[in-house]
Amino acid sequence: MVHRAGKLTLSLVQALGDFAIFTGLAFQSALGSRKLGRRVVRAMFEQGVRCLPVILIVGMFTGLVLGLQGYYVLNRFGSESLLGTLVSLSIVRELGPVLAALMLVGQAGSALAAELGIQRNTEQIAALDTMGVSSHAYLVTPRLIAALLVFPMQTALFCCVGLWGGSVSGSLLLGLEPGIYWSAVERSVAMPDVRECMMKAVTFGLLTISLCAYHGFNAHRSKAGSGARAVSASTTRAVVQSSIIVLAADYVITSFLI
Amino acid sequence: MAAELLLKVENLYKRFGDNVVLAGASLDVPRGSLVALLGRSGSGKSVLLKCLADVVEPDAGVISFDGRELTKDAPSTRAVFRQRCSFLFQSNALFDSLTALENVALPLEQTTDLKAKEVLERSLEALKQLELEVHCDRYPSQMSGGMQKRLALARAIVTRPELVLFDEPTAGLDPLRRNAVFTMIAKYQRQFGFTAVVVTHDVPEALLASDRVALLDSGTMCFQGTPQEFATSTNTVVGGFRDSESALGRTLASIRRGETIHTEDS
Repeated sequence: MVHRAGKLTLSLVQALGDFAIFTGLAFQSALGSRKLGRRVVRAMFEQGVRCLPVILIVGMFTGLVLGLQGYYVLNRFGSESLLGTLVSLSIVRELGPVLAALMLVGQAGSALAAELGIQRNTEQIAALDTMGVSSHAYLVTPRLIAALLVFPMQTALFCCVGLWGGSVSGSLLLGLEPGIYWSAVERSVAMPDVRECMMKAVTFGLLTISLCAYHGFNAHRSKAGSGARAVSASTTRAVVQSSIIVLAADYVITSFLI
Repeated sequence: MAAELLLKVENLYKRFGDNVVLAGASLDVPRGSLVALLGRSGSGKSVLLKCLADVVEPDAGVISFDGRELTKDAPSTRAVFRQRCSFLFQSNALFDSLTALENVALPLEQTTDLKAKEVLERSLEALKQLELEVHCDRYPSQMSGGMQKRLALARAIVTRPELVLFDEPTAGLDPLRRNAVFTMIAKYQRQFGFTAVVVTHDVPEALLASDRVALLDSGTMCFQGTPQEFATSTNTVVGGFRDSESALGRTLASIRRGETIHTEDS
């Protein structure tokens, strides 16, 4: 039992070290990488434009539901005027960064893990190495840089659409005065809340995209062997672990900033 | 006078866990020659080739390129070696999200300081030499197997390497395509003057196309010489490989006669 626990701990520490080296190497390789800007723009398109619909849809429904639930709860205490506070603080501090990151993991992260896994399988990554091209710099670095820029932007959009969804629920459907809703939003959201939101977005972007890239890049090391099963296993692992790490990191950041 | 060696491998060892793949393999590759590397499946040919391409790190042994020991060199010096060497994968390893032109331009864009115009010119020139210039906007998935092979070769030669390593370029191809690939390799090897090491199982084609033949067996090189020497060698492993076709004929005749045959799983 103790032996197994020790073995598990050692392999966990080893995996964490491996992941840290992988991420560090990706940033280090940025220094000598040629034509990096073009690849960053392409990665931003994949994580930004392609994921925009899902961010907008989920953001809107989050705001709508929050507005609906919040209104009826606050109505019991005669405090409907605080709906803007409830929706804005919930979205800006917690739901915005967390849900936007989860959506980006589901779309861009899974696509990245699968793409790199297939590239590993078809020896495209080995081909880069034989050409003397750093596979980290070529494939991973642009995705990480893009994530640092795109995640905050997508989160900001998610929050804006979410706030608008709350207003639709509260004002348009349930009859709350729009001015009351928006003035509560304005009064409640302060700079530290926005800073916390952006800090979370950047952290989630870095952690999730590097984790997805790590699993895709190392698909050949999968216990599922090689081929389609290895790609599917590494993609699943990437999405599951990224989703967990978003929630875990959210808890850690919140506990430090609250 | 012996030909000048571009590549020299001495006593290379490599193991993966308990599996010893290379057990003191040595290989001499003269400059400008086409060397066919033969061997049974699992004999370590591809691992040896990947050690030569600096993709797999050998456990022990010396690899010298142009008189310089690579195994002693720092990673930065190895990067320079990689620019003088190209590797052609069995699966071609083309980037499916890039067009033919972008695939060929990739090593130039990423490893040289050439201007965009020069990169374009040299990439188009490589595509033209391999008769692919009209397909430069196509993606690899829109090309036939033979065209993909030529595209992979165009990408391999665009950096003007001195050494090109071919990993089973004819695996899974029908006899006509196999001949076409060997013709292509021999033709462009003469045209561009690079040194080639070709891993293959196709003995007759390898003997016809190559200048030298090497046979790897159980991780060691059991034969190195000219195709003529290979054809007359008394080495039992060489004999087994060379005469596999007639051995098959004898075995099949025995089966038809109803005799019990012991098969060897290789």
